[in-house]
Formats: sequence, structure tokens, C-alpha cells
Amino acid sequence: MELRGTKLSNDEFLNKVLSVTYYPELDYAWATGVAITKFLNGLKEGVIYGTKCNECSRVVCPPRMFCEECHTPMNEYVELPQTGIINTFSLAYIRTDATRRDKAEIPAVIDIDGTTISPSGFLHLINEDTPHDKVKVNAKVKAVWKSPEERKGDITDIKYFDIMED
Amino acid sequence: MKGKKVGMVSVGLTKFMRRAKETPKELAYYSAKMALDNAGITRKDVDGVIIGSAPDAFDGVHQKHEYLTDGSGGFNLPTMRGYVGGGTGVFSPIQGWYSVASGMNDVVLITTEEKMSTIQPSAQAGFLTIFDNMIERNLGPNLVWIFALEMKRYMEKHGIPKEHIASVSVKNKGNALDHPSAMLGQKLTIEQVMNSEVLADPVHLLDISPVADGAVSFVMMSEDKIKEFGIPLDQVAWVDGVGWNVDTTIWTNRDLYYPKYVEKAAKQAYNMAGQKDHSPETLRKWLSFAEPYDPFNYKELHHLEGLQLFGKGEAPRAAFEGVTARDSDFPVTPSGGLLGVGNPIAAAAGMKAAEVYLQLTGQAGKRQIPKDVTRGLAQAWGDLMQVGTVLVMKGGQVQ
Amino acid sequence: MQLTGESMEKVAIIGVGVEGFRPEIRDLSYKEMVYQAAVKAYSDADINPREEVDTFISCEEDFSMGTSITDEYAPDQLGAAQRTVHTITGDGIQGIVAAYMQIKTGMFDVAVVEAQSRSSDIKTHNQIQHLAFDPLYARQFDAIYHSAGALEKRMYTSEFGVSEEAIANVVIKNHENALRNPNAAYGMRLKEFDVLEAEMVASPLRDTEISSSVDGSIVVVLANEKVVKEKDSNPVWIKGINYATNSPNFDTREWKKAKYAELSAKKAYQMAGIKNPHDEIDVFEVDDTYAFKELQHLEGLGLFEYGKAAEALMNGEFSNKGSTPVNVSGGVLGMGNAHDANGLQRISEIVEQLRGHAGRRQVKGAKTGLAFSWRGVPTTAGAVAILSKE
Repeated sequence: MELRGTKLSNDEFLNKVLSVTYYPELDYAWATGVAITKFLNGLKEGVIYGTKCNECSRVVCPPRMFCEECHTPMNEYVELPQTGIINTFSLAYIRTDATRRDKAEIPAVIDIDGTTISPSGFLHLINEDTPHDKVKVNAKVKAVWKSPEERKGDITDIKYFDIMED
Repeated sequence: MKGKKVGMVSVGLTKFMRRAKETPKELAYYSAKMALDNAGITRKDVDGVIIGSAPDAFDGVHQKHEYLTDGSGGFNLPTMRGYVGGGTGVFSPIQGWYSVASGMNDVVLITTEEKMSTIQPSAQAGFLTIFDNMIERNLGPNLVWIFALEMKRYMEKHGIPKEHIASVSVKNKGNALDHPSAMLGQKLTIEQVMNSEVLADPVHLLDISPVADGAVSFVMMSEDKIKEFGIPLDQVAWVDGVGWNVDTTIWTNRDLYYPKYVEKAAKQAYNMAGQKDHSPETLRKWLSFAEPYDPFNYKELHHLEGLQLFGKGEAPRAAFEGVTARDSDFPVTPSGGLLGVGNPIAAAAGMKAAEVYLQLTGQAGKRQIPKDVTRGLAQAWGDLMQVGTVLVMKGGQVQ
Repeated sequence: MQLTGESMEKVAIIGVGVEGFRPEIRDLSYKEMVYQAAVKAYSDADINPREEVDTFISCEEDFSMGTSITDEYAPDQLGAAQRTVHTITGDGIQGIVAAYMQIKTGMFDVAVVEAQSRSSDIKTHNQIQHLAFDPLYARQFDAIYHSAGALEKRMYTSEFGVSEEAIANVVIKNHENALRNPNAAYGMRLKEFDVLEAEMVASPLRDTEISSSVDGSIVVVLANEKVVKEKDSNPVWIKGINYATNSPNFDTREWKKAKYAELSAKKAYQMAGIKNPHDEIDVFEVDDTYAFKELQHLEGLGLFEYGKAAEALMNGEFSNKGSTPVNVSGGVLGMGNAHDANGLQRISEIVEQLRGHAGRRQVKGAKTGLAFSWRGVPTTAGAVAILSKE
């Protein structure tokens, strides 16, 4: 089979072929609704909320207005501890734009304490100053908050999670 | 199986390239035209067109399927685009199946296309917006993170040595040396993979498939039409089973070590094909080979387990020991996969479906598996570690 | 092409749920809004989505949601987590076609189709629609996307001699109809003067001829005959369905006529065994994203020769008491432009009408209805469904 397609070298791509440049200017303002509004307002106040399903009794985080398992309303909000365990993590040297960092960021899935399924929590960051040998799956962590004045109802109101010493 | 019997009668592929000169429409045209020519039909014979392409952000084109219609042969025809993120390339022929099996269309032309080099400075930027707009994007995540998180969980759960996972890169990039579309076929050692740059531990550079531009097309038609066109059965691969499944969006509430959604999609496909025994030993005999989705090396193993082809945590050792080599009893990714051929998202998974067709019809050239192949499987995966799409086909003369 | 509608499974709509439509829904997130529509649809169909639905389809576009691979976010609110789900990046009627085909394979008994519009989440709507124009030779013009609609209107009206007064009367009729529809966002009483004196957005298109965006969601449940019998449902049967695309390019598309309507309707009629749609169909819901499109689409659907729909409109034939009721719901102008949910708006009204649940909008004795959607400029994609009580 003779296959078609014209490969461009880096130089050809950047300097030799004609291209049309376009910068999309897109703005969105997503309404956060019932459950995530409660969650984000909680973060502003320094509280982590989950919800409980009256049908299956699961307590989950982040909170939702309906249970994805039962497809029934979830309206019992539960204040959860500010601690959890690392379900999984990475030492990440690559940024969103594919450029490299010298020092690793440490994204992790935080399994928040007080939830009844495992994992149940959210994506966040571990303090990047933590020695890498301390960052382990199942390590206990606690939320470190921005100051109340800095908090604005955003996931980044939690600065990061710190490993708890035994 | 109910509905009309559906056969794939041809495929068309472009080269896979880091940067293509051609526009997305032109890439789609190349593969669509080749598929039509290989089937010995023209656009006049086609009564439905299906388009598969992943995020619109890569092209900066809204309603991308409308934009691609002319290149994909859809002028003045019913055209439709089904979409399940990275799972799309295998889903598109599944959509071809249901279009024909339903009696709605008799002959469909399917094109999977991706041009990732348009977005600047990097395709990575297009991936930021796959994350949750309310509680994730402000953390500045990127696509490699989620693979790293999933890979870490998988390795941790089963205590998998990195060498075992690295062996998949060696195998697939080696297999790709024989693929005419391939952009990254190469002979590597496990040490080279292990020692390549750490991007997001445990993910190293050579664990990842390369970003690419390319297109793959298929022609699928009903049994009646295959007879009417006089297409010989050794040029046909019959659809035997299909399945697709999407898990909850809330991926931080799932244990990533095992893709339950792939299991469900696979069982749906096996059951449709009448294969009710889902034990790995039986399935590895029933299927001659598999093309599971391998955007990262560990994903091939993760998927082999989800597909029930190996027990949980057992695929890595099997791969390391050569059980999945092209000349072994159970070849896995004889094409070279995304790791070796390249990863133009929708087209990459399309390439895997095409490989099943080419192997079953003896057209795989230097890649032809050196044993009788009667039945093969292609699988893709996507979204936020969430989608499984499974296509099982059998040879034209297999009952 | 063999459309063996009789010999294989029959497919019916057995439930519809609507949330909205309102100019803005800010108290619910997009997921929560869809959840509300889903609960209503499942109640109407008397099904449990976690156990009784075999396949789900969501109709969404990435840029409309502001999310890449937006189908990631579709399952939970539909009760579709870890189930068979896929997205159609198209209008809701295309989604209905996909569901219809899946049921016809015999592999699936019950299917769910969802479409939504979250215009209030988007601050740069014109920019997004601009991204649908060809990046190499159409997007460079700074004109807003409605200018493509204006070009179509000028070609259509000048070729077929359609008057501005007739087009104004589409606007008046549809906003008036919307006053009787609780799901409609833009019910109002207008006079010709109000329409014709409005600001020109892109000549010859006036502000009043362009539908305004809304938020809202529709979920539709479909099933085969076996389930309809088991559930003793209140079914509306799909008798004919199809979809077509003309051309994405400005240089090769048909400007004067609605080619996509002609192509899709021809096959749908054939499938439904309809020879004379004007006489055999009792109620019509056709896309009126721009007011002139209602007329052009009716003509493309073969109800009138091109240029002749205006006269029937002016004679009052399109009112809910007329001989050819069109957009009794208020249409897109009256209900609001829900973009890729527009097709399901049309479907939901036909279902209400055929079930006899349309209240003050009810068309007496309606047995067969037609829904037609168009994806808006710059597309040339349309889809048609013919529904029947029998």
C-alpha cells in the first residue's frame, strides 16, 4: 500500500509553509449549581463538605445534588475532616504547555476521611517542598489553607496538602 | 446476533506524521478515497458517512464534523459524528456497524481523523480543558498527570516492576518498524525506556506515544451489498461483537487500578458474539490476537486485564516474558500501536481497528501474524479514564 | 436502500422531560439542569435508568460546553455511569436517529437521548460560532456569524420573491404561540411594525428575525414494541427518520434552497410511506432559527413549492386552527434558541400534540407530526423525524 501524507520538518513547519494564525477569545462563566456552590463556599469558610445519599447511604466527596449510583437526590451535606490519605500521586515535571519544571509538582488524588467509599475525594496538590521519599500511597495528609482573606470559593483555597507525621 | 450481518470490506490510511502539510480535510480525503478505492466502490455507492475526531480544540474548529464532511466524502449525504474522546477511533466502526445492522444504511464510509499540530504551542494546551471546569482546571492539570496517577495506582496495587511495563514500549515500537504509517518504529531496550526523561513520575518519555497527524477510513456494508458488489469473502471481516461503556465523571471516586468500564464493554461484545465463557484462557484461544489501546505502555496491560485476556495484575509479567509478541501464541498490538505508529487520537484507535481488518484478511504484509488468524479485537479508551470501546471481528470465511 | 421499518423492531418515544426553557438558568449547574429533565423523562416513561435503559446518547459540542471531550461529563446526570453511552456532536434529532438505529439492531430495548443548551454559561457566543467557519478562508472576515444567515436570506427572498411582511408574520405567529407554551421563554405579542422597524444585525436580517438563546435541557426515552407493551406506555411511534448534510463550504453549498431538508425528508417520507406530506401530516415543527427559515424549510420539506409557503402563512394556514399548523410550540423563535437541543424541542412538541397533552395549543385530531431541525449557520445539516400515534 502506498500511503499518502506530507511530513514537515520543524524548520518547514515554522518557517517554510504558509499558515493562518488565529487566537480564539473564549470566555465562559459556568454556573456552579447547588452542590458545587456548597462545596466551593465551604472551602471559602475553610470547610470540606461531602454529601450523603439516603438511598445507598454512601457519604461522598465532592458533594453532588444527585447520586450517580441511585439517580436519586442527594441533599444531606456532611462536614468532613480536613484530613485524608493519598490514593495515588505523581512527581510531575511537565507543565500544561509541555514545558518542563526543575522542581516537581505533586498532584495527588486525596481520599478524604469520613467518606464511605474508597477513594472519595478530589484532585489536589501535595506540598512540593515535601521530601520525595515521604510521598507515598496511603500516606496521611491534611489540608493547608490560604488565609481567610485570600480565599475566594475556589479549589485553590486549599493551598496544598501536607504529609502528617506519625 | 440480531440485526443485519455487517462486514468491513476495506480500509484506507495516511502516514502518521508529527506535522502534516495537509489540512484536516485533506488528510480525511486521502484515507477516505483509499478506502473507497480498496473496496472497489465510489461515493455514489455510499449512503451514510461517519466521522470520528477527538477534541475540537486541536483544530480550533467548532462543529468539527461539519467542517470535515466534504473531505470525508459526506457531501449531500447523511453524516454523523459519534464521540467518546480517545475511545472514538474504535467507536466509529461500531457506529458503522449499528448504522448498517439497523437497516438504515447499507454502505457506510467511516473516517477517523486527527490533526494535532495545528494547536500552538503544544497539543497539551488543548488537554487542559478536559478537566472539570469547576474544581480541577484551576489546579493547572495536564494530561500526563492523569496517566501518571493511574499508572502509579496500578503499579502500587499489584507491585508491578517498571521493567515489565517498559517491555511494552520495546515490543510495540519494534513492531511498528513494519507499519507503513508508522512515525516512531525503533529498536529499543528496556534500559533505554527506563532511563528516558521523567515527565511525571512514574511516566517517562518513552512510556508515551507521540502526538501525530493522520487519518484512517473504513468501508462497511451489509451482507447483501457484499454479494451485490461481488466482494470476495477473503477481503471481508465480519463484525462479531461490539461494546462500549462510560464510567462516572467523578474519577477521583474510582479506584484507577482496574478499568471496570473496559470489562463491561468487553463482556458486552463477547456476549453479542456468543462467547459466554470469559475466562482468560478461553478468550485467548477464541481470539487470535488483540489490539488494545496503548497511548502509554502500561495502558496496554491495564486494558488486557479489563478485557479479561489476563487476570488482574498478570498482564505485565506476561508481556515481559514475551507472551504477547507478534510471533507468540497470543500476539498483542502487532501493528506497533500508538506507541510505535503514532497517536493522532481518533485516527490512532482507527488504525487499531484497521489492523484487525488487515490481519484477518491477510493484508498486513510484514506485520502478518505467523499463524492462522480467525478473530481479532480492537479496543480504545478515553475521556477522564472512563471509556471503553470494543470491536471484535472475524474473518470472512469464519462461521 | 432498504428501510424495512415493518419487518424489524418498531421504535417509539415513551417519555419526554423538559427543564426550561428560560433565558438563563443560573441556580442549577448544567449537570443539575439535565438531571431535572432526566427525572421527568424517566417518570413519564416509568423506567429506572439504572436498570432498564440499555443505551444512552448525549448531544453536545465541545466549544458549546467549554470543555474538551465534553462527553466525559454526560453520564452521571442521566443515570448512565458505567453504562453504554456515547455522544453525538450534533442536533438532538441526530441523537434520536442514533438511538433509533441502535434499537433497530435488536441489541437494545430502551434508549435515552439528551440535549442541552447552556448559553448563559457562554460569554462569547459569537466567537464560538465564528470558530465553526472555515479557518483558512472564511474566518478572516470580521463579520459576525449571522451575516452567513443574512446571505442565505437575501438569496432566498430575492430568488423566490418572498416579502419582508411574510417573514415578519412568522415572527409574530411564533412569539404569539409561545404565550400558550409553559416551556417557552419568549412569548410575546408583536405587530408588523415591531418586527420590521427593529435594528438590522446584518442586512437583510433584523434583530427580531433572529432567535434568542436560552438555557434548558430535554431528555427523551425511546423503546421497542416489546417494552411499550410491557410498560403499557403512551407511545408515539417513529415512522420515518433521516438526516443529511449539504456542504460545509460557502463555495459549494446550496444557498437558495434548503437542500439538507430536501435530502433528509425524501428518505424519511419513503420510510414512512408518505406521498403527500402536506395532506398526510397533521402538525409540523420546523426549524425557525431565523424567521425566513420556517418558510424555506417547509418548502424544502416538500410542503410547498419554493416561494409559496409565504402565501399559506399569510392566509392563516399555519395557526393551530389552520390546515397546516406550524410551530404551534412557538418554534425556536418563541421557545428560544437551544442550539443542538432545538431538535428535541421540536420532537417534544410533536409528542405532546400526538398524545393530546398540548392544552391550549392542542391541534385537534393530530395523528401524525413532523419535526425538523437545522444546526444553524454555517452548517448545512438537517434532520427530520415523522412521528405517529399509530
